[in-house]
Amino acid sequence: MRRYFGRKLLIYGLTFFVAVTVNWMIPRFMPGDPVSSMLSRANVAQPAAVEAMRAHYTAMFGFDLPLWQQYLNFWGSLLKGDLGISIWLFPTPVTDVIVRAVPYTLGLLIPSILLSWFAGNRFGAFAARRKWLDNSVLPVGYVLTATPYMWLAILLAWALGIVAGIFPVAGAYGFDLRPSWSWTFLGSLAQHWFLPFASLFLVAFGGWAIGMRNMIIYELEADYVNYLRALGAPARLVRRYAFRNAILPQVTGLALQLGVLVAGALVTEIVFSYPGLGHLILQAIQNQDFFLLQGTFLFIVIGVLIANFVIDIAYVLVDPRTRTGMGEAA
Amino acid sequence: MALNVTDLRVYYRTLRGEVKALDGVTFSVADREIMGLAGESGSGKSTLAKSLIRLDGRMRHVGGTVELDGAAMPLSDDGAMDEFRFRKVSLIPQYSMSALNPTRKIGKMVGELLESRGERADRAELERRLELVGLSKDVLDRYPIELSGGMKQRVVMVVSTLLNPSLLIADEVTSALDVSSQKAVATTLLGFRDHGLVTSMMVVTHDISLVYQIADTIMVMYAGRLAEKAPAEVLVTAPRHPYTRQLIAALPEVGVRYEDRRLTGIPGSPPSLLKPPGGCRFRDRCPLAFDRCAEQPPFAEVAPGHHVACWKAE
Amino acid sequence: MTTARREALHFALRNRKLVVGAIIVAVFLVAGLAGPLLFDHGPNDYVGPAMAPPSGEFWFGTTTFGQDVFAQFVYGLRSTFLVGVLGGVLAAVVGMVVGFVAGYRGGWVDELLTMLTNIVLVLPALVVLLIVNAYLGVRSIGVQALFIGLTSWPWAARAIRAQTFSLRSRDFVDLARLSGVRTPKIILREIAPNMSSYLFLTFILLFGSAILIAASLDFIGLGPTEGVSLGLMLNNAARWSALQLGLWWWFIPPGAGITAIVGALYVMNVGLDEVFNPKLREM
Repeated sequence: MRRYFGRKLLIYGLTFFVAVTVNWMIPRFMPGDPVSSMLSRANVAQPAAVEAMRAHYTAMFGFDLPLWQQYLNFWGSLLKGDLGISIWLFPTPVTDVIVRAVPYTLGLLIPSILLSWFAGNRFGAFAARRKWLDNSVLPVGYVLTATPYMWLAILLAWALGIVAGIFPVAGAYGFDLRPSWSWTFLGSLAQHWFLPFASLFLVAFGGWAIGMRNMIIYELEADYVNYLRALGAPARLVRRYAFRNAILPQVTGLALQLGVLVAGALVTEIVFSYPGLGHLILQAIQNQDFFLLQGTFLFIVIGVLIANFVIDIAYVLVDPRTRTGMGEAA
Repeated sequence: MALNVTDLRVYYRTLRGEVKALDGVTFSVADREIMGLAGESGSGKSTLAKSLIRLDGRMRHVGGTVELDGAAMPLSDDGAMDEFRFRKVSLIPQYSMSALNPTRKIGKMVGELLESRGERADRAELERRLELVGLSKDVLDRYPIELSGGMKQRVVMVVSTLLNPSLLIADEVTSALDVSSQKAVATTLLGFRDHGLVTSMMVVTHDISLVYQIADTIMVMYAGRLAEKAPAEVLVTAPRHPYTRQLIAALPEVGVRYEDRRLTGIPGSPPSLLKPPGGCRFRDRCPLAFDRCAEQPPFAEVAPGHHVACWKAE
Repeated sequence: MTTARREALHFALRNRKLVVGAIIVAVFLVAGLAGPLLFDHGPNDYVGPAMAPPSGEFWFGTTTFGQDVFAQFVYGLRSTFLVGVLGGVLAAVVGMVVGFVAGYRGGWVDELLTMLTNIVLVLPALVVLLIVNAYLGVRSIGVQALFIGLTSWPWAARAIRAQTFSLRSRDFVDLARLSGVRTPKIILREIAPNMSSYLFLTFILLFGSAILIAASLDFIGLGPTEGVSLGLMLNNAARWSALQLGLWWWFIPPGAGITAIVGALYVMNVGLDEVFNPKLREM
């Protein structure tokens, strides 16, 4: 088990290293001079700010230093938590901008991932039991999982927000409110949260339901199932075992799908102007705010790595074989 | 009479039509009889074994009856068959190595299985039987992955016989094992009968020399039909059906070194069971074939306990 | 082998999922290939009245600027298929090379490649694509497909590695190895053909996911700088308030097109799986 976690941590460490290196390399090896292109395209009103930014960026990139020195400096400031200054919200440090946005993204992602996973697995296992249900659920599931997140978000916003007028379609809370612990504010927060959550939930739900349905069908072909049936075990017991075993690849699947789910959250936030990381990315791109973009990238990578590690721990808890020390590192 | 099979027909549905895998077999297995069931692949021996416990999705019970201890078994009614399974008829599958749920401790799995069948889980009895096959009770607290292949097989043998079935079907249980383990498994099977844990047994195999060591009788199948059934000694030393003769001749004799005698294969191949030819199905490969073989020979008793389906077996 | 193939064909033609999926994909493909020939104007030309609902003249209506949504749609289908095929093929090729080599060679080569695979697997692909594309001044479908291909191969490599691993010790591979056939040839002649159905299924899934990733990139505003795609249409519709203005004909067709194509690919995949895997046929 120690070997299992050791390997995982090594991979995550290396991944982080690669991510940081990519982050450092891209502005240096892409065509053009990033500082001047950034400044020329940035919409900064104050001329003083432009000069301050130029000085800051030149120092930050450190173009006069040898490459290895630049690289080490990059790590140095990164480890101090310094990701540069945002252009879009000049002169707020990028770290602050991101930290303000993270709770919104997590508030969307965590409930939608967990709920869609649980509900999808339950439903998929249920659908595999009945032919008619299977035949009707399967196409719906495939349509849902093939739907681009932003399109479902647009449809929901249009149908339930604009046409029916039930839900608001922009922001995280009413424009006339300021964040506070009042019921009015929390109510508004929940109202604004619902549609982006629902679109994330639905697309992911379709994927899990189908995945579970297919897994269960494979499990029901397994030798241990044939043996149980030959000994007259009732369908109830067989299904319970099949579900228990089919859930294991679904846990691994959760780790594999994280990237897709995060991407889904980003585009969904953009549709609803929800002030999370996706919104930051859009602003960063529109304002040529590369520091903000790169900072967000690193934050997301770190988040995904942490989530992966949490899933690894969960996997050890649900699969007894990893605990016996003889199981393969899945 | 423990098991009476009468004119049993089980066909496989395939794309090109029905494969008559089991085409009218009639035989019986007595109480305390261990019957070896031999034949090459495609002879119908596995179909017969499966039919007696659980038809798979493509198999269809076309005709014939099976009686176990005087009660008719409803082969095609999966739900009603559950009453018989485990209690009256049980199986040691070919895939014993993977027959245990990989994510349950063995003891827990057995407990849940028994409970689901409305049986009481007697821990002491379970431990006693594990000991009988040389396993310590610790295996009950292990996951299948922690056991060796041979241990898993022995666990399955204990589980399958836990309710003292009237008929135990052992399906190619030795084919994946090395010679010494084969011997151990054979001895264990014999022990099950001698301790009265199972009444009768059907040991399906393609290896006559192995089953000869434990079986009281051996039945040989060919192309979906019975060829010969006789006491083990008689079948091996004085077979009457030309197919059995060739099968026995193809075996290396005990004590004879391989260099001394060449193994002779049987020329030709069995007929397609999609549209099998009328008459004796072995006649295209049979050195003794004559005109009358165009008519199906009956599975007749030529000597006490010795049945042969051949016109020339008198 | 020939009977197996004939049998597969027999099941393929009778498999509803496969047939329906293939027909849908084919219809959109034909629309993408032939559709643009119907127009004497480009997809972004201002040819009609602004914000016109669907009519006999403009089947899918027009945008706020009077562009023909149907023209954009069929041109967009072209880009979608192009990016899907290019990205899917590239990802499949990288996945196959890594998977075959890792699975066949084993040892430290396998360790190294598996590690590389796991690293790329953990990195969220879209986010990597975001920062790469953001620095590109001029973006094209080809470059987009290139980067999509370079980031979405890991799961395929993993699956192919596992399959290769199990084939590696088969008799026919041993025989080839013992008779001195070189490794690349063994992989191409002995191993790949024995998992061709599996490789095809993998490609279909990569194809579908490349389309979805490209659509997300386009929607965020990092699509091709020239031309039109279904994702860009969604991007424009959202940017120019199609929702608030009630121009449903602007944002429904592109999303529906992507969903239909990708959904049909997935359903085809299940159908093919049933055709190739006899165990699933009986279900």
